[in-house]
Amino acid sequence: MKAFGGATLFLDRNDINTDEIIPAKYLTENSKLALKPYMLEDLRLPGFEPAGEAAQQAKVIVTRQNFGCGSSREHAVWVFEVNDINVVIGESFARIFRQNMFNCGMLAIELPAADIEALFAARPAEIVVDLEKNQVVAKGTSSAVFSFSLNSFDRDLVLAGGWLAYADKKY
Amino acid sequence: MGQTITEKIFAAHHRDNPSGDNVVLDIDVVMCHEITTPIAINDLMERGMDRVFDPTKIKAVIDHVTPSKDSKTATQAKILRDWARRQGIKDFFDIGANGVCHALFPEKGFIRPGYTVIMGDSHTCTHGAFGAFAAGVGTTDLEVGILKGVCSFRTPQTIKVTINGVMPAGVYAKDVILHIIKTLTVKGATDTIMEFVGPVVEAMTMESRMTLCNMAIEAGATCGVCLPDRVTAEYLWPFIKGQYGSIDQAIADFAKWHSDADAVYAQELNFDISTLAPQVTYGYKPDEVKDVTELAGTRIDQVYIGSCTNGRLEDLREAARVLAGRTIAPGVRGILSPATPAIYNQALAEGLIQQFMAAGFCVTNPTCGACLGMSNGVLAAGEACASTTNRNFNGRMGKGGMVHLMSPLTAAAAAVAGSITDPRTFL
Repeated sequence: MKAFGGATLFLDRNDINTDEIIPAKYLTENSKLALKPYMLEDLRLPGFEPAGEAAQQAKVIVTRQNFGCGSSREHAVWVFEVNDINVVIGESFARIFRQNMFNCGMLAIELPAADIEALFAARPAEIVVDLEKNQVVAKGTSSAVFSFSLNSFDRDLVLAGGWLAYADKKY
Repeated sequence: MGQTITEKIFAAHHRDNPSGDNVVLDIDVVMCHEITTPIAINDLMERGMDRVFDPTKIKAVIDHVTPSKDSKTATQAKILRDWARRQGIKDFFDIGANGVCHALFPEKGFIRPGYTVIMGDSHTCTHGAFGAFAAGVGTTDLEVGILKGVCSFRTPQTIKVTINGVMPAGVYAKDVILHIIKTLTVKGATDTIMEFVGPVVEAMTMESRMTLCNMAIEAGATCGVCLPDRVTAEYLWPFIKGQYGSIDQAIADFAKWHSDADAVYAQELNFDISTLAPQVTYGYKPDEVKDVTELAGTRIDQVYIGSCTNGRLEDLREAARVLAGRTIAPGVRGILSPATPAIYNQALAEGLIQQFMAAGFCVTNPTCGACLGMSNGVLAAGEACASTTNRNFNGRMGKGGMVHLMSPLTAAAAAVAGSITDPRTFL
């Protein structure tokens, strides 16, 4: 199982789409690792630099609604995976992106709007996910804990290390 | 309690309930293209699992970048080509026979009412037009589909979208779906099925229904779906005539998939489109939509007619109505990509291609082309394109470029005017 937690990157906008996460021109790569330098390359947000320290050090992303909308490209998940980001926390996700995260044994955690607001207000330097207690633990000047719910199938996918391992055993 | 068409399809393909909220379905058709499949193929090979669950249920095409533009895309094409040969996949479409997946596969009769369909492509929702459940998936779902013939989904929730009224002159399925997306927003249908019903849908051709379902994903939907009827049966007749004694028999059989009168919906929306104007997007999200008149005069550099949304024969015919006897404005580049070789051939036979060329358009081979800026037709920074495609995301057709989504008629009118203009004045 992957490790879930660490330095946190805040992406303060709804509807961040897959083309912003990984532009289509890089879909010609045939290895996941080759995607590494291009994470969030086309995302335009005030104060955000794709090659900046915050993005490069991040292990967790916190964002708003409908993250990952648009294309079905799993490259949008792999580019996070190869950059060691295994958790995205948001108010909601696009269906395919969310499924792709769990299919790769990664976490797409949904929190209520008020909790997301609180995270953006506090901007903790680090967030850790406790999968036993179903809690997002924000560590910073003031620590805070947010509970989330995880469907048993999604949890099984994370524990199995992804959908291929799960399905190969079961079907 | 009654069932929706999607609930009936799920029940007929049920394999497992891995949780109370998830269903694993048996898949009838697994479709593959050269962008999202090669990594799955490579992974299966590395794991020593290079096999397919049923080669007759797998369809593959090279469509996104074709002919290959460089070594990387040539490698992607080769991986898919070699795999299709190695696995005995007969329905594989390469140069000379290839076209945009969501136009080509329906044309071949691969999608039937009641089917389950997946592809590593978000616009797979197009095939719901046939009364199928068709969903875009990521590469891992595709990989498991190839290997095991199954895919997981959440228990379906459906939004019933009833479209009433009479389609005004100059207004098409594209305008209707842009209007619906504007109303629902880009997340209004997330993780649901959009079931399109009502007299406007019933009167639509299969091509128009495909345009309608194609953009369901832009509101976040898993699939768009239309109820299979006479229009569906007539389109599929060459492929199903061995199965049914008559078209009426096929229609009667298809009706078993229709949603029950007491089916339960998560939401019901009603639209009357009798006074709808041609619709055009203005921002970087497909729900940023205005009446064409509000955007009139917006400068454009390129016009693109093609894609899985609007590269079919009826789209070319509508655009050609405006282009016949006219030329595109100075300084504007016109690009036409007929979506499949059959469409290209028929457009030639009808004299449409000649009309496009006489107007000053360049005609490319069937390909996804400019739509996602991966091969030809890329915009330079600061340029704008009047496009019949499905996404206007920032950078979609090239870094710094702006895409205005619209119908083929509106795009053709923009080509002639050199800026966005009301196409109804050309009719």
